[in-house]
Amino acid sequence: MATYLEFIQQNEERDGVRFSWNVWPSSRLEATRMVVPLACLLTPLKERPDLPPVQYEPVLCSRPTCKAVLNPLCQVDYRAKLWACNFCFQRNQFPPAYAGISEVNQPAELMPQFSTIEYVIQRGAPSPLIFLYVVDTCLEEDDLQALKESLQMSLSLLPPDALVGLITFGRMVQVHELSCEGISKSYVFRGTKDLTAKQIQDMLGLTKPAMPMQPVRPAQPQERPSVSSRFLQPIHKIDMNLTDLLGELQRDPWPVPQGKRPLRSTGVALSIAVGLLEGTFPNTGARIMLFTGGPPTQGPGMVVGDELKVPIRSWHDIEKDNARFMKKATKHYEMLANRTAANGHCIDIYACALDQTGLLEMKCCPNLTGGYMVMGDSFNTSLFKQTFQRIFSKDFNGNFRMAFGATLEVKTSRELKVAGAIGPCVSLNVKGPCVSENELGVGGTSQWKICGLDPTTTLGIYFEVVNQHNAPIPQGGRGAIQVVTHYQHSSTQRRIRVTTVARNWADVQSQLKHIEAAFDQEAAAVLMARLGVFRTESEEGPDVLRWLDRQLIRLCQKFGQYNKEDPMSFRLSDSFSLYPQFMFHLRRSPFLQVFNNSPDESSYYRHHFARQDLTQSLIMIQPILYSYSFHGPPEPVLLDSSSILADRILLMDTFFQIVIYLGETIAQWRKAGYQDMPEYENFKHLLQAPLDDAQEILQARFPMPRYIHTEHGGSQARFLLSKVNPSQTHNNLYAWGQETGAPILTDDVSLQVFMDHLKKLAVSSAC
Amino acid sequence: MNVNQSAPPLPPFGQPQPIYPGYHQSSYGGQPGSTAAPTPYGAYNGPVPGYQQTPPPGVSRAPASSGAPPASTAQGPCGQTAYGQFGQGDVQNGPSSGVQMQRLPGSQPFASAPLAPVVSQPAVLQPYGPPPTSAQVTAQLAGMQISGAVAPAPPASGLGYGPPTSLASASGSFPNSGLYGSYPQGQAPPLGQGHPGAQPPQRSVPPQASSFTPPASGGPRMPSMTGPLLPGQSFGGPPVSQPNHVSSPPPQALPPGTQMTGPPGPPPPMHSSQQPGYQLQQNGSFGPARGPQSNYGSPYPGAATFGSQPGPPQPLPPKRLDPDAIPSPIQVIEDDRNNRGSEPFVTGVRGQVPPLVTTNFLVKDQGNASPRYIRCTSYNIPCTSDMAKQAQVPLAAVIKPLARLPPEEASPYVVDHGESGPLRCNRCKAYMCPFMQFVEGGRRFQCCFCSCINDVPPQYFQHLDHTGKRVDAYDRPELSLGSYEFLATVDYCKNNKFPIPPAFIFMIDVSYNAVRSGLVRLLCEELKSLLDFLPREGGAEESAIRVGFVTYNKVLHFYNVKSSLAQPQMMVVSDVGDMFVPLLDGFLVNVIESRAVITSLLDQIPEMFADTRETETVFAPVIQAGMEALKAAECAGKLFLFHTSLPIAEAPGKLKNRDDRKLINTDKEKTLFQPQSGAYQTLAKECVAQGCCVDLFLFPNQYVDVATLSVVPQLTGGSVYKYACFQVENDQERFLSDLRRDVQKVVGFDAVMRVRTSTGIRAVDFFGAFYMSNTTDVELAGLDGDKTVTVEFKHDDRLNEENGALLQCALLYTSCAGQRRLRIHNLALNCCTQLADLYRNCETDTLINYMAKFAYRGVLSSPVKTVRDTLITQCAQILACYRKNCASPSSAGQLILPECMKLLPVYLNCVLKSEVLQPGAEVTTDDRAYVRQLVTSMDVAETNVFFYPRLLPLTKSPIENTTEPPAVRASEERLSNGDIYLLENGLNLFLWVGASVQQGVVQSLFGVSSFSQITSGLSVLPVLDNLLSKKVRGLIDSLRAQRSRYMKLIVVKQEDKLEMLFKHFLVEDKSLSGGASYVDFLCHMHKEIRQLLS
Repeated sequence: MATYLEFIQQNEERDGVRFSWNVWPSSRLEATRMVVPLACLLTPLKERPDLPPVQYEPVLCSRPTCKAVLNPLCQVDYRAKLWACNFCFQRNQFPPAYAGISEVNQPAELMPQFSTIEYVIQRGAPSPLIFLYVVDTCLEEDDLQALKESLQMSLSLLPPDALVGLITFGRMVQVHELSCEGISKSYVFRGTKDLTAKQIQDMLGLTKPAMPMQPVRPAQPQERPSVSSRFLQPIHKIDMNLTDLLGELQRDPWPVPQGKRPLRSTGVALSIAVGLLEGTFPNTGARIMLFTGGPPTQGPGMVVGDELKVPIRSWHDIEKDNARFMKKATKHYEMLANRTAANGHCIDIYACALDQTGLLEMKCCPNLTGGYMVMGDSFNTSLFKQTFQRIFSKDFNGNFRMAFGATLEVKTSRELKVAGAIGPCVSLNVKGPCVSENELGVGGTSQWKICGLDPTTTLGIYFEVVNQHNAPIPQGGRGAIQVVTHYQHSSTQRRIRVTTVARNWADVQSQLKHIEAAFDQEAAAVLMARLGVFRTESEEGPDVLRWLDRQLIRLCQKFGQYNKEDPMSFRLSDSFSLYPQFMFHLRRSPFLQVFNNSPDESSYYRHHFARQDLTQSLIMIQPILYSYSFHGPPEPVLLDSSSILADRILLMDTFFQIVIYLGETIAQWRKAGYQDMPEYENFKHLLQAPLDDAQEILQARFPMPRYIHTEHGGSQARFLLSKVNPSQTHNNLYAWGQETGAPILTDDVSLQVFMDHLKKLAVSSAC
Repeated sequence: MNVNQSAPPLPPFGQPQPIYPGYHQSSYGGQPGSTAAPTPYGAYNGPVPGYQQTPPPGVSRAPASSGAPPASTAQGPCGQTAYGQFGQGDVQNGPSSGVQMQRLPGSQPFASAPLAPVVSQPAVLQPYGPPPTSAQVTAQLAGMQISGAVAPAPPASGLGYGPPTSLASASGSFPNSGLYGSYPQGQAPPLGQGHPGAQPPQRSVPPQASSFTPPASGGPRMPSMTGPLLPGQSFGGPPVSQPNHVSSPPPQALPPGTQMTGPPGPPPPMHSSQQPGYQLQQNGSFGPARGPQSNYGSPYPGAATFGSQPGPPQPLPPKRLDPDAIPSPIQVIEDDRNNRGSEPFVTGVRGQVPPLVTTNFLVKDQGNASPRYIRCTSYNIPCTSDMAKQAQVPLAAVIKPLARLPPEEASPYVVDHGESGPLRCNRCKAYMCPFMQFVEGGRRFQCCFCSCINDVPPQYFQHLDHTGKRVDAYDRPELSLGSYEFLATVDYCKNNKFPIPPAFIFMIDVSYNAVRSGLVRLLCEELKSLLDFLPREGGAEESAIRVGFVTYNKVLHFYNVKSSLAQPQMMVVSDVGDMFVPLLDGFLVNVIESRAVITSLLDQIPEMFADTRETETVFAPVIQAGMEALKAAECAGKLFLFHTSLPIAEAPGKLKNRDDRKLINTDKEKTLFQPQSGAYQTLAKECVAQGCCVDLFLFPNQYVDVATLSVVPQLTGGSVYKYACFQVENDQERFLSDLRRDVQKVVGFDAVMRVRTSTGIRAVDFFGAFYMSNTTDVELAGLDGDKTVTVEFKHDDRLNEENGALLQCALLYTSCAGQRRLRIHNLALNCCTQLADLYRNCETDTLINYMAKFAYRGVLSSPVKTVRDTLITQCAQILACYRKNCASPSSAGQLILPECMKLLPVYLNCVLKSEVLQPGAEVTTDDRAYVRQLVTSMDVAETNVFFYPRLLPLTKSPIENTTEPPAVRASEERLSNGDIYLLENGLNLFLWVGASVQQGVVQSLFGVSSFSQITSGLSVLPVLDNLLSKKVRGLIDSLRAQRSRYMKLIVVKQEDKLEMLFKHFLVEDKSLSGGASYVDFLCHMHKEIRQLLS
């Protein structure tokens, strides 16, 4: 088994791909019986420091419907200078530049270690990166001040030739012109009126000089600035200007009467931002960064009225269909998101407020465009500041860890079809021979657009085996998948990354063991979770849970070893052993449970869940718990209430939160000040250890997790208590005894109970 | 000869002096001596005594004849007097005259004093045999004037006239006239000469001949000159007319010699003097007012109709009406100046006719509003509507509630009644005023308007004295003055909140045209300093007014000029379809606090748009934006719009070029005056609701549709200024001067005006720049000291003579410091049961003001032709009614005009000829619309000079003479090619240079050596260091200072192309566009009247 683990890990490192199944059932029927679909988590731009991009363009299969890229799996006739496409079997002539190839003189793309390879396209002039700040001015003074500082700071992080723009909004929306000296000039829009892109462009004076809609790049850059330069300027030109402008930014001056929310025109502001970029830089990498400190309260996209006495919608309201503005607002933002996606721009939302800010309605903006969603309490927190700063972090080459306007194309060999993708992408609606009729996630296409992505952006891609049962695949046959990702690198180059992977086919009847052994339960859990979360968009929560349960039971029935009707006999092999536990925690996770979460929070969690890579996703599903004690080095412990002991310090990482929890005794000691006494230095170290570790996590994580330092009995301890498996509750407290852990006051079932039920159901023949 | 003749007339002049004292003795004790009159009379002094002697007889007569002398004392009684002159004339020529004379005096309140003067008159009459028939005389005079030329006719006339006696005398004189040259009568001859020679016979001629010639004229004139003058002086004229006569003669008339010599030139004065003469006669009848009527022999064939005259006329037929014989505005103005300019006008007496607007006089408020605030068409209102209908004289008041006063007159006192607010009648809500009657020992008061008895609140209680007056009457402005102000309480404020000080928003067109013409730069430069002179209240150190700035072309740019900013911020609003204000804080700022930012902004605006290529502009959204800004700031205010072109950009209020000259004189012509779309009215309504006044400065290079653009300024009480083809070099001074004045003038904001009247009459119609949402409240977003509201009254019940009629105009407004106030003007008028009283107390200038406004509004709904006909008809009816009811005795062939209305025809003709009602080929549609809206809010003085321009000869009087030269009549005939003239009408200023002006004059005025070197169209006179240059430039400056708008000078050379333009303003001449000459019109009017009478 170790070999499979290694294989999986190796593949992940090389190609950024993890399949749920690493040996594929060879027929459609068998595949469907596997319960967990054949799917993979793909990190298209996984950082590969060891992979220098090649400076030429890929060689494509000449069949118009195929156009697969030459790859190590292709058969090459060096003599005839021909290669056979491994997807469509078309025989292709090498281009003239490849005249010199031979067995010993192979281009990189034919070498097996380059199953993932990156090409740099030299054509066309590079187009600059564009950052359009959309800033809410209805903030508290110190919040605004902090935000201004963050924005000013960000200017210094941008490449000098990046274009920046500024839109501020409150009751009105102001598009600031950045080119002028002296008087600062801005175009102002009413915050209550929805405008079409055309109107916006007319009003901004962006009448395009009859430019056809094709993404023409050559020679444009010279002309374009004249049109759009007023609003989007190279940072090196207007650095000072913009810094001043940001500095002078005032809170929205319109008076807010007692008992009212400030009027905030987020919907129109976004609409204008989208319209502005649409008119000036279509199909060029651009980020619209929305900073907002509250819910939109007027105009299109308003989420709540300005009466403070009417609270913003809760899940309760939504279930009761009592959220007046939700549908309309969602529609507005969806429309914007789709337009933005079509233009290849992405929208980030940085929402910092104590109350909800309408992320539920606006979520599609980042979700469909690959933008970030950051949620915090205030702009004046390190959570926001550092998160924001991290967006501009650079990789080992000094480039931003962000890419724009990617299209991701999946090609499959004949036995497979693509059923869909789940992640921060939109469908490009490209039909082709490898598109399945069944949709899982965003389907019906073989290409997706990801307007903004970074090295960790991960998509779940779902496949369908279409090979018929009666058409067996020859022994040793392999199925191949090629993923071609066109994108704009942050250095402004256009690049293409091609990943070609292949897996063996196996006949379920004869080789079930192989298939079982090649099951990647982690990937499978995440992929199933994504499907579940995806379903929450359109289904009621309980239905999704039921669906997940059923899948789990079926899986157990399929792969468990048991005697019928004998729960005690139930066993799962190692490669499946963790899966039910993942499902248990997934069921309790905020991705599926809305209790205790606001709609905004749910949207926020789900947003991140749909884009993080496997490791992070797993943490989200099942938080990690480390225990620190005098008894030895920190150790991971069960995410269970039994782990909460008085003499331990716990460090929990849920991805969104880092919780340090001091056990009762530890807390008392600390209160008594032992850590300050030289003779108890070891205690001091013990206290310090989790802090250091937390710091490490904080440094690496995006977005910055909420950092919580609490202790036994502290109010914030709820973050921990709500996550752990409630193995001890007030119901069974006395059965377990006091010393073994902390009881959780909940009616939730514990893992134990869950497993018992699972076993019972799995072995019953009723299902 | 002359001397002799002159001598006789002189006496009459002399009389006048005595008369004055007589009339006003009570009021002006010292007048006789004090009046300027004496000096002018000097020459006449001699005669005076003679009159004085006569007086006694007159006196005696008067009583005798009239029998009613006492009655006459009261004007009311005038019934007789009114008819008097005429009626009397008819009835008793001889006595009548005397009577009239007497009456005059009698009519005056001061019986005793008057008598003496009266006496004098008779004396006058005596000298002339004819005098007795003063009425006849007048008639004759009329005839004479007309016939002036006809001198020869005298005999005929003599025959014609019933009153042989007069004839005799007249005839006597006539001969002279006939002799003209030879004649001693300076006056008559000149007239005759001028006319006969100059005026070609006209259609009217024949009739004229008949009518006027009647020698009577000849005779009369003489008499009139002499006799009439006298009487006139003595009588009603006493105050006014006499002096006029006196004065006028001296300057010009005296020069009988001159007349003799230069018949053409001098005539005018002569005429004037003659006319006065008529007046005098008439005046004789009414003590108080000016002479009621003047008779002019009808120039018309009508003569034939009149048995008596026919005879004589025939011979004269070919002759034409003598322009010098017809009433001269110049003369009337001069007379009034001389008679009434020297004494303050005290407003204590009910129904007094104030001096003419052209006269400089001081006002003492003793209970009635100063004529600067309110002028009425008549100060004596018919008691019943039947009478009013019969007379057809519109009853209207021209109200200028915030009129500026000369420094010598105190502005209205501000009364603060504290918490309870001003005291008002419970029923009609009239404000406490001097006419309220306190009863029951002061515990209650009876409303003078509705007679309701109201309780006097305890804090206001005061005891009454033995006359029933409150003891504190003189301590309280509201009990003793005609005009005063109350501080308003919060109940009088919008939303029950005290107002915030108003704001000014400057909205500047920065499209290509505006930038290229240099306007933007000029304006911004000027604003920098102008902002220091925003209007402030009283002695306030700094103005409370805040300012804001907007520039615009197709989009609007707002500016944040908050004092804390280092640089102004510009905010562009492109959503012109749905205008809004993008900022609140920092848009309207205190000038002093934000000085640096504002200066920086004004420096940068011209630079920012220097390279603009935007030619399209919007308009309605601009106003909307300003209005919204004020709304957001919750204050009233004023927008200053500087606009250049037709707003064709896509936006609300977009206009298209619809200028179509083909529509002129068709039924569709009215559309040219109507706004293109209703959007502007709606917008204006919103502006008014917000108290947002809009002043519009237009700089068009072509058609901009003033008719539509001016809708909002018009309805919000704003002004429109138009500078066609603006170029900085040429028009800068005019524009800046207007701008300064406009920005600095004191304005009341968010005003509501209500006119209350005594039961019996009611304000029914309003004219001016304002908006009305109901039928009684005049809503003015802004009201400045130049704006006038004309109100028309109609009867809804009977009035009675005893109580008279009261007007109270209450204006609630917000001052420039943001104080809410009520300004109250009260005016008491007399009521009459005799039409003659009405005619005797009319004011033609005010009448013309009303009629012009009425007509100018009419063009919006009726074809211009209809409007013109209506005017003519109404005028004819007025005069016919007079003729029928007050002057019936004379023959129908005579044109008899009420003394107070003798200028009505000439002025009305000017109105008819104005560019709105009769456009010339060169007048653009925009010009017409511009003038139309301008006239709508003009006051009486402005309409007066606007319709009848002032023409001042510059080189006639000695250079050393620093006073304004006497004007001459606006006719080409009056221009001598050896002289230089200034002509002004309140909007235009021309300097006309005769072709044969002395070189020295040319040199000293223009700095060039010859006439041909003078640049035609020159707009600035070179600054030269010589007396003439200084004097002329000084005169120009002083003329400009008198007008509310800067008049750009245009130098016109005789025989030059530009002269056509100039001639347009010579309103007594036939105009190129078809307007009738004065003489022709008078004839026409006569015909109309005769038709009405028959």
